Amino acid sequence: MNYIGQSVTKAFELILGFDPDIYFIVWTSVRIAATSAFLATLAGVPLGLLLALKKFKGKRVVSAILNTLMAVPTVVIGILVYSFLTHQAPLGSMGLLFTPTAIVIGQFFLAFPIVAAMVFSVAQGKDKKILKTAYGLGATPFGAIKSFIWEIKIPLLAAIMAGFGRVIGEVGVAMMLGGNIYRYTRTMTTAIALETSKGEFALGLALGFILLIVALGVNSTVSYINYRSEKA
Amino acid sequence: MKKVFFLVLLCCLIVNPVFGTDVIKLATTTSTDNSGLLKALFPAFEKKYDVRVDVIAVGTGKAIKLGENGDVDVILVHARDAEDKFVADGFGVNRRDVMFNDFVILGPKNDPAKVKSAKNAADALKKIASSQFTFISRGDDSGTDKKEKALWKAAGIAPAGKWYNAVGQGMGATLQIANEKQGYTLADRGTYLAYLNKIDLAVVFEGDQAMFNPYGVIAVNPALYPDSNYLGAMQLIGWVTSVPGQKIIKDFQINGKPLFIPSAVK
Repeated sequence: MNYIGQSVTKAFELILGFDPDIYFIVWTSVRIAATSAFLATLAGVPLGLLLALKKFKGKRVVSAILNTLMAVPTVVIGILVYSFLTHQAPLGSMGLLFTPTAIVIGQFFLAFPIVAAMVFSVAQGKDKKILKTAYGLGATPFGAIKSFIWEIKIPLLAAIMAGFGRVIGEVGVAMMLGGNIYRYTRTMTTAIALETSKGEFALGLALGFILLIVALGVNSTVSYINYRSEKA
Repeated sequence: MKKVFFLVLLCCLIVNPVFGTDVIKLATTTSTDNSGLLKALFPAFEKKYDVRVDVIAVGTGKAIKLGENGDVDVILVHARDAEDKFVADGFGVNRRDVMFNDFVILGPKNDPAKVKSAKNAADALKKIASSQFTFISRGDDSGTDKKEKALWKAAGIAPAGKWYNAVGQGMGATLQIANEKQGYTLADRGTYLAYLNKIDLAVVFEGDQAMFNPYGVIAVNPALYPDSNYLGAMQLIGWVTSVPGQKIIKDFQINGKPLFIPSAVK
């Protein structure tokens, strides 16, 4: 057990000593995951609202597909996106494989269904009267939607954070599409996998702790905002 | 709509900052990367030529595939037959020898299969197979894996059964598994030396001519992939085969022992 103790000590040394490599890896992870979650929000919120507020044919199919996508293993998304980005593939000439952008594309498809499905379920449960009231007060359709979004802002934030949570901790897409390139596409999870394979458990554990801290930070922020809004 | 488009564009810029420097994509083997050699070899090169080397560390088989698909600009691998085929099939040009080391058979320190008494590599594997003692194979079509398969073939054995574990992972991870299971495995000497203090395995067989392990560097054919960074690839090949590059390889040590012997400059 001495071994674990040493690793933990080393981990805190690395974290508190502001090891530049560690912090660069954390920054890469957070930057990529935040971008993916943001793009997933841009696409997922409109789709979720559309499913909840409009009646159209094939709505059940779309929502079934979304629910399925939420459970798709990250490596499946990884290999699908890979097959589009490899040099001889349709998008190959863009040279995106093994870049942070490639990871963002893969992670987008991981986060997007979560955001869309959560927005769908929240918006469905919300009273549609808000829309009618807004229209009654002379709002444009865009303005009405805006006030509706404002009404569900807290669960919406939770949805975005859930999307972020799905991608910050995944390793399949980041490894396959990013290639774990040092100082470029090495994220916390791919670094942990690499360090473990190298037998460098301290560095792996240090990153594991930081990953936990980031997750804890995100979740506490969401609960705090939730708490404040319930109080208000 | 315009706003959204602008935001997406902004995201792309944040995530993928456009560097002023040229990027060279190198696919190489986990054995060179895990040993730490590349971190010693490339910084001086990157500084001198104002380039960035993106290292993608995979097995030799996958590295060659990445080269065939034009996903990288240059490969540094160790599987001579596969390398020659890569060049003969027109995917690669300008192959150069870089360095060599050798493979070793590792096993538990008490050597339960008595491999130490083997006359040659094939004999060593025969002893492991006949005693059905745990053997951990890379099983990932890497250079080491190709070598291991060739050695089994030379021994006239098709390894199968509960004792033979193909784990499908890199050299480092395979050593970890062999260590945990206290089994036998084939490893390149460089990675073994890098892991010396982390594992409880000993060299039980070494020195057979059949276990020679040469590394070669090959540029991806620019005639096939005109948009590949051929000039960068040739700069990199020039560097690793130059006198200063070869000196870094020669001076690179872990635990006081050299890992690779340079072979480009005699």
